[in-house]
Amino acid sequence: MSSKPKLAMYWGAACGGCEISVLNIHEHILKVDEIFDVAFFPCIADFKVHHVESYPDGYIDVCLWNGAIRNSENEEMAHLLRKKSKVLVAYGSCAYEGCIPALSNLTSKEATFKTVYHDNPSLDNPEGIIPLTKVEVAEGVLTLPEFYHTVKSLDQVVDVDYYLPGCPPEPPQIWAVLQVVVAGLLEGAPLPPAGSIVGVTNKAVCEECERVKSEKCIERFYRPYQIVPDPEQCLLEQGLICMGLATNGGCGALCPKVGMGCRGCYGPLPGVEDQGAKMLSAVASVIAAGEPGMEEAELEKKIQAVVDTIADPVGTFYRFSMAHSMLRRAKVSGSNGKGEA
Amino acid sequence: MSEKVNPVGGERVGVYICHCGSNIAKVVDVAGVAEWAGKLPQVEVARDYKFMCSSLGQDLIEEDIKERGLTKVVVASCSPHMHEKTFRTACERGGLNPFMFEMANIREHDSWTTDDEAAATLKAKALTSAAVERVVHHQPLEPLPVEINPNTLVVGGGIAGISAALELANAGHHVYIVEREPSIGGHMAQLDKTFPTLDCSACILTPKMVDVGQHPNITLLTWSEVEKLDGYLGNFTVSVRKKARYVNEEHCTGCGICIEKCPFKVVDEVFEAGLGERKVIYRPFPQAVPKYPVIDKENCVYFLRGKCKACQKFCPTEPNSIDFEQEDQMLTFQVGNVILATGYDLFDVKRIPQYGYGKLANVFTSLEFERMVNAAGPTEGKIMLRDMETSPKSVAIVHCVGSRDENYHKYCSKICCMYSLKFAHLIHERLPDAEVYNCYIDMRTPGKGYEEFYNRLLKEGTHFIRGKVADVTNAARIPEEEGKLIVQVEDTLIGRQRRIPVDMVILSPAMEAKLDSKEVSQLFKMGCDFDGFFVERHPKLDPVATMTEGIFIAGACQGPKDVPDSVSQGAAAAARVAGLINLGTVMMEPIRASINQDLCSGCKICNNMCPYNAIIFHEDRKVSEVLTALCQGCGTCVAACPSGVISGAHFTNEQLFSQIEGILWDVRPVKELVAV
Repeated sequence: MSSKPKLAMYWGAACGGCEISVLNIHEHILKVDEIFDVAFFPCIADFKVHHVESYPDGYIDVCLWNGAIRNSENEEMAHLLRKKSKVLVAYGSCAYEGCIPALSNLTSKEATFKTVYHDNPSLDNPEGIIPLTKVEVAEGVLTLPEFYHTVKSLDQVVDVDYYLPGCPPEPPQIWAVLQVVVAGLLEGAPLPPAGSIVGVTNKAVCEECERVKSEKCIERFYRPYQIVPDPEQCLLEQGLICMGLATNGGCGALCPKVGMGCRGCYGPLPGVEDQGAKMLSAVASVIAAGEPGMEEAELEKKIQAVVDTIADPVGTFYRFSMAHSMLRRAKVSGSNGKGEA
Repeated sequence: MSEKVNPVGGERVGVYICHCGSNIAKVVDVAGVAEWAGKLPQVEVARDYKFMCSSLGQDLIEEDIKERGLTKVVVASCSPHMHEKTFRTACERGGLNPFMFEMANIREHDSWTTDDEAAATLKAKALTSAAVERVVHHQPLEPLPVEINPNTLVVGGGIAGISAALELANAGHHVYIVEREPSIGGHMAQLDKTFPTLDCSACILTPKMVDVGQHPNITLLTWSEVEKLDGYLGNFTVSVRKKARYVNEEHCTGCGICIEKCPFKVVDEVFEAGLGERKVIYRPFPQAVPKYPVIDKENCVYFLRGKCKACQKFCPTEPNSIDFEQEDQMLTFQVGNVILATGYDLFDVKRIPQYGYGKLANVFTSLEFERMVNAAGPTEGKIMLRDMETSPKSVAIVHCVGSRDENYHKYCSKICCMYSLKFAHLIHERLPDAEVYNCYIDMRTPGKGYEEFYNRLLKEGTHFIRGKVADVTNAARIPEEEGKLIVQVEDTLIGRQRRIPVDMVILSPAMEAKLDSKEVSQLFKMGCDFDGFFVERHPKLDPVATMTEGIFIAGACQGPKDVPDSVSQGAAAAARVAGLINLGTVMMEPIRASINQDLCSGCKICNNMCPYNAIIFHEDRKVSEVLTALCQGCGTCVAACPSGVISGAHFTNEQLFSQIEGILWDVRPVKELVAV
């Protein structure tokens, strides 16, 4: 093998979008190919786990890990790749903070299985078979990885050097980060300090959003299909939940630009412990309800009515950050079998 | 006591566990907590001591800072309300910035709440651990100097407000009094006599009212209301609506001819408590200050139908003082401090229908009776039934109407026993043959000369019946009850139900907070309790200050009070304000919010939520900024900022989260709790 730096990319619980996003850096992909040797990248090349196991520790220079840790295979691979990689990057929102898969932390493993293998309308499973870690069949014993109750982010399982947020990360940011890493590896340029979140502006998405912002007073919230938003005005002021103000910038405010509230995929700003709580707190602060001097009980009702117009608050405010949030998960032992929030 | 040599992490924390005599030590194993705290990695020295607030206790801190090089100090004792300042000062004397201190409350939050020694000791450890974890993140802060505007706003011109205003004005400071009614004087002006000395209320009050009216240092704004208060201690901006009187104060001599000539009368629901009438252009009472009358626009025939103008026709001044075109005026001025003396309302006795007020003609309220016995009142001091002809031969006075009652107000209104006794006395004096019954739950007469007054009444022949009145009715059961009001009461001293037929019933209603006290408290950005009374900074030791710097309270707006208490509070509030004025500059706590100007994205979440209007938006840079002098450190914007770029000094994320982790010192780490 050549002396080129070695690149790996692997997926945990993920949708595959992150792999596509790497290819989405257009002609720069040729440069990536020129600079790196691919050591492990199941999406594009036929590597097996035993290949990785055979590498000496630290053999891989950069490993882009995407996807959350949902089962025992994810966890094993995370440990293996950590051992074999000099630089381990939590690539994309799932690896960084749990993302969509981690919303199942609001429920239990059993309830998830029930939804997927019993109640799914497009399913034909009359015997009610669910995946087991071990099954004996005529040919021998078949095994599957163990499905965990709790989805974790990559850094809840292994040490992570860098985080590159986004669902998926945006091409210019990917390329910028790769350049920094390459400069570090080839030219000995200083790398960002370990633990850095890279490819972000560290200022809220609002900074990149050109919509006109005024003081906010929200009388009710809308879901995106319910209104056609004014093209100039701040979306939140129009009652559309836009997570931009609680979300790290770097994406170029792509969603708000086209009239869709920011989903929050770039994660919290530096110093913020819990993106969902921060956004909730901000939204709660600008709800306009009731009259001055109104009785507390009545005021509470009015406020509740406004709050009720927010569909799926936890899924909205913690859409990407559940695993990393202070909530982490609902109690597994919840009496309703789904876990209690 | 436990000491150790090498604390880790560079911080050297001193921890002091106070016994507070036996207040803490009787439940918490203070020596054990100190020994345990001494083993915490950041702790250089931990001691327990009998009274940390004593000078000897404070000396311990001072000496340890100097001799053992403490960088941070934790005292676990009482509430920071009590002694945070004491210990901060002790740290300062030792050479530390006063904010390098943290207090753990192991008395109010711990030893006073339980007898369980193990639990209390465990909690003391948790609170101490929290304080230690927090204090290592404390940063030195410098207090902010604020200049005090020497002018003061007094809201309310009752006896409390009058005393406060006169104290300050006599000390040479300018005072603005804002009074909602056309005259100052408040409830005291309505009273006939004051208990227990039976001084003529008006005779002792009106000289003070005149002083206020004529004082060169007092600007009197009656028929006016405060609409807005901006700013902070030392620098408030007040906006006042001066309602149109339709009488030009510059020209009016107060001769009263307009009142005399006005052809229309209405029932005076305010000053005469509905018992008498007044003209449509009126002065609430003859000694009103200021002397200028006011036109009641709602009832004035000129305003209703465009005709009359009798007042204008007869006004002798040149130019004419009646001005139908007058409009409300908005006045704005600056003050350094505010004293709220907004007084009280009386409980609406119609809320207790079984007492018959409004249905049974001869059931009166205490205020009606006050007006009736007042020589200047509608009956010229004669005690008469509602027909205004017949004198009653028997009167029952019902105590605690709406007070000490689960259904209305649980509290005791404090003054009702005394004024009910005063009523009994006045009835004996004016109608020597009348029988007087006082129905009371408990006789409460604590005060100088009060018990003696009660004894006097016992000798005057009043019938005292210990029991809460159930019912007042006119449904007679026996011939003796025909045509009478029957007071149904359990006489608990003889253990029997009694029906007492009388001609007149006087209800002594509870004192309650002003109907709009909640709005007023919001306007002045200070607190009011569930009953609507304004909340003092400390119930024992700081009764006239509020939690908002520069806002003071006096009189019955803080809770039921009689005249001498209201006067004392007015004077006390004035003394507090005078102290601040004399200082000229005060140092304010530097606990303020600030916005990181480099990281703010200008999303404008925070701009309209600051209760002190301290946040401005820079259009050019598209970022928000907190004006430090206006910020009161409430933290609203810190919580709201979705980007986490607003931080509150002394309440940073790091400090708060460390504190929480400290509290949970004996709980398993979170990682283990996350189910696999």
